[in-house]
Amino acid sequence: MVSEEIVVSTRKGLFRVVRNTRHWDIDSVEFLGDNVSLALTDARSGFGYAALDHGHFGVKLHRLTGDGWQEIAAPTYPQKPEGLDEKDMWGRPIPWSTQRIWALAAGGAGEPGVLWCGTVPGGLFRSTDHGDSWTMVRALWDHPKRTQWMGGGADWPGIHSIIVDPCNPRRLWVAVSTGGIWFTDDAGESWSQRGEGMRAEHVPPELTSDPIAQDVHCLVQCPAAPERMWVQHHNGIFVSSDEGRTFREITGVKPSAFGFAVVVHPRDPDTAWFIPGIKDEKRIPCEGRLVVTRTRNGGKSFDVLTNGLPQHYAYDLVYRHALATDSTGDLLTFGSTTGGLWISEDQGDSWLCVTHTLPPIYAVHFV
Amino acid sequence: MVKILFTANIQRHVACPETEADGANLREVLDNAFKENARARSYVLDDQARLRKHMTIFVDGHALRDRVRLSDPVTPGSVVYIYQALSGG
Repeated sequence: MVSEEIVVSTRKGLFRVVRNTRHWDIDSVEFLGDNVSLALTDARSGFGYAALDHGHFGVKLHRLTGDGWQEIAAPTYPQKPEGLDEKDMWGRPIPWSTQRIWALAAGGAGEPGVLWCGTVPGGLFRSTDHGDSWTMVRALWDHPKRTQWMGGGADWPGIHSIIVDPCNPRRLWVAVSTGGIWFTDDAGESWSQRGEGMRAEHVPPELTSDPIAQDVHCLVQCPAAPERMWVQHHNGIFVSSDEGRTFREITGVKPSAFGFAVVVHPRDPDTAWFIPGIKDEKRIPCEGRLVVTRTRNGGKSFDVLTNGLPQHYAYDLVYRHALATDSTGDLLTFGSTTGGLWISEDQGDSWLCVTHTLPPIYAVHFV
Repeated sequence: MVKILFTANIQRHVACPETEADGANLREVLDNAFKENARARSYVLDDQARLRKHMTIFVDGHALRDRVRLSDPVTPGSVVYIYQALSGG
C-alpha cells in the first residue's frame, strides 16, 4: 500500500507530513523546540518512537501509543569497571554513557515487543517490551576488537544502521562509523566482522582493506532479496550480493560517489538511490545543484535526477537517515540540513518540494 | 535534612519540586532525593552516575568540586541548587 504519511525528525521538533488530494502538507509538530535526532514507527504495533537529545539533560526516548506520548527508558550503559583503562584510537577514555541514539529498528514479525537500538559510543541495545527496558548486547560491546572502532564525524564511534533479516530475526547486521559491518546469527550472542572488499582512503595503506577500518555511512538490504546490500561509504559506493560478506566498489559515479544516504528498492535489488556531495571536506552538492542519483542495473549506470530539485546555489546536505522509500518503492522522500523536504511519487523521476523552511532535518521515514 | 532546589529549565521535561533529603555528602543526598523521583535522576546524572557535563550544583553557595563521585560534604540545613548551562542554536 502506498504510504500517505511521513515522519520528519528535526533539530527543533518532530513533524508529520500527510498526503492530501494533490499535495503533501505539514500536518502537525510534536516536541516543538526539542532536538529530535531519530524516530521509528513500528509497523507491528503501530507505536511511534522518538529519540530526543536534550544536551545538558541527556538523551531520552519517548513512545507514542493510543494514549499519546510517554517518556520510556533510554538505553543506559552498564557500570564501567573500576580501574578499566579503555581508550579509543585517539588515546581518549571511551565514555560508558549514551551520547546519541543513532539507530532504531523493529525486530522480526514473530517477536512483537523486540526493538534494537544503536548508540554512540558504540553500544547496541535490545528491548523485548516495546522499549520499557533495554539490555546492552554485551557480546558486541565486549568484543576485543570494539576498541578499534573510531569516531569519525562524531567524537565517538556509533552504530547507525541495524538490519534484521526478514526471514530470520536472529540474524542481524549492524554498521559502525567507523568500524565496518558486524553480523550475528544468534540474536547477538556472538559477532563476526563482515565487509571484505571495501576500501578506506582515510587510513594508512596497510589498513586500507581492513574491514574494521571502513567508514560505512549507511548500510541497507533489499527485503525481497536479502543477499543484496548497498553501502554508502565515506569514500565511495559498494554493493554486495552475498549478505555483506564481500563488496564490490562502484566506480565512476557522477557527479560524485560521496554522500551519506542510500536506499534500495524493496522489491528490486538492482535499484538504489543516493544523494551525492562533493567530497568529505566539502559536504555540499556539486556545483550548487541538488541531485539524486539512481541506478536500475546494480550499479552499471546511474541516472542523475534533477526534475523539481534546486539547480542553482543549493547547499543542502542529506544525512544518512534522511532519505527513505515506502514499502512499494514508488515513493521517495528526503530532507536536508537546510530544512528542505522533497517527495517523489515516481521513483525519483520528479520531485515536489513540501517546504524549505524546516529546521535541520536528521531523519525521515514513511508510515 | 538538606533542602534541594532544581533549575526551572528542567521542569519542562520532568517535574522536580523543591524537596528535602538526608545525607552526609552530595551523593547520599541525591540518592535519597531521587528515590522519590527516579525519572529526574537521568536528567541530572549520566549512565555512570556522574554529574552531566553541563550541569552544576551549588552547596551553600559553593560550586561542587567532585563531579564524578559527588563527595562534597553537606550538613543538616544545607541548601543545594541544581543548575545547568544553556547553550545551543
